[in-house]
Amino acid sequence: MKAGSNLEKVLAAGQFAVTAECGPPRGADAEEVRKKTKHLLGHVDACNVTDNQTSVVRMSSMAGCLILKECGLEPLMQMVVRDRNRIALQSDVLGAAAMGIRNLLCLSGDHQTFGDDPQAKNVHDIDSIQLIQLVRTMRDEGRFPSGKELKGAPRLFIGCAANPFADPYEIRVPRLALKVAAGADFVQTQCIFNMAKFARYMEDVRKRGLHEKVHILAGLTPLKSAGMAKFMKSNVAGMDIPDEVIKRISAADKKDQPEMGIAMCVEMIDQVRKIEGVRGVHIMAIEWEQKVPEIVARAGLLPRPVAP
Amino acid sequence: MIIGNTKPLEQILSMVEPFDRIVVAGCYGCVTVCRVGGDKEVQVLASALRLARAAAGRPLDVREVTLERQCDPEYVETMRPYVGDYQGVLSLACGAGVQFLAERLTASPILPAIDTTFIGVTERQGEWAERCQACGDCVLHTTGGICPVTRCSKSIFHGPCGGSMSGHCEIAKEVPCGWQLIIDRLRALGRMDQYEKLRPLKNWRSSRDGGPRRIIREDLTQ
Repeated sequence: MKAGSNLEKVLAAGQFAVTAECGPPRGADAEEVRKKTKHLLGHVDACNVTDNQTSVVRMSSMAGCLILKECGLEPLMQMVVRDRNRIALQSDVLGAAAMGIRNLLCLSGDHQTFGDDPQAKNVHDIDSIQLIQLVRTMRDEGRFPSGKELKGAPRLFIGCAANPFADPYEIRVPRLALKVAAGADFVQTQCIFNMAKFARYMEDVRKRGLHEKVHILAGLTPLKSAGMAKFMKSNVAGMDIPDEVIKRISAADKKDQPEMGIAMCVEMIDQVRKIEGVRGVHIMAIEWEQKVPEIVARAGLLPRPVAP
Repeated sequence: MIIGNTKPLEQILSMVEPFDRIVVAGCYGCVTVCRVGGDKEVQVLASALRLARAAAGRPLDVREVTLERQCDPEYVETMRPYVGDYQGVLSLACGAGVQFLAERLTASPILPAIDTTFIGVTERQGEWAERCQACGDCVLHTTGGICPVTRCSKSIFHGPCGGSMSGHCEIAKEVPCGWQLIIDRLRALGRMDQYEKLRPLKNWRSSRDGGPRRIIREDLTQ
């Protein structure tokens, strides 16, 4: 065990993993986080806490993770390199591990132009792949990237994101290979709506044998409405939503669209489970965490395994 | 070259508001080439200031001059004989030129007439684009001659990020994805082997992060 997190144990035992996502509130109300936690407890193996996603200021990921942990839900801390230089990143890695956070997702972060503070200075001292490498060095070699020794190596299960749908496609698998070489233990993909393209991506992943070196969790987002699908298609960077997906949810009556979105998500879980090399799902139910239990149940993924 | 952009006339007028006699100083270097600070722009700006101030009932006496370069002491010194006759200097040079005038002509207020924007190229007449951030540690030989620090909005070294779509950056459709450009070029050169290499953490000391930079060439200082 590299970190001994519940997620690591589930994956190591060969169980199909389930993670979800919780966006912290735009305020200091811990109760908001606790409410989301209640929906997810017992239904997922770990829960991501986003780090100022879309560059909108929210409660910090580390604080959100600690609230989750208090509630008994295993946190997975997201960390972007947009806002912190290597000094702050290393410090937060140590702090997170010291507080018992055992999963870390290393990300670039959306550009600050998307948020409320487009005038902000961005950092990007290192990139997300170098962050993976940095954490791996600290964990496995017991030293800082500077070469200085550290006392108390941070036990973290290291994750990264992968977007099979961004361009250019030809480097998508090579870039995943870079992340694996840097030290990624697991991958959570961008939301999959284009199943054919994801299947092709996984085929290319298998050709390189990467599915045997890293645990791949397929990212899925239940659509709440046709409007949401259209909005995501045109406004979210790197999102690939085929027209037939939009057509299908649009065909339902407005009041039935949430149910259609959930049914489609459950179907997609079934589809990704059949793809060789997919070791779990990451369900990003955006401000819809209360639907995660139903999705997981309908997909036949309950009860969640109890890690030894 | 260094590219600049003229400040709005209202802002310049408010800068020179306390004065009745000023020098408007251009530069024959980069700002002449990018057409914000050469002798033509000096004439245009001086005339605009005179007209505006005359209309406001407070005429402004403007002396026009364009130096060979504002970033070399020998040319800055050519202003010394007369600069004391004026209350200030409005410089159309880049930020380096403005500061060099200020540090050598210490008795005169020196005011910037342009915003210095970036090191770039003329893509076509009237259109300039950034190419270099002067980070002091060039990696262009490994990236197909396209700079990831400058051309990628996140300056990432193993790109592109997940926001690259149809060749453009996540920040705007009119911004090309720097890493798409790098990959296209590496492929065209048959150098895709350069892609799949882990790059060490960048040493930013050679960039602005190491503090203000200086180069001393002993062979030239002797």
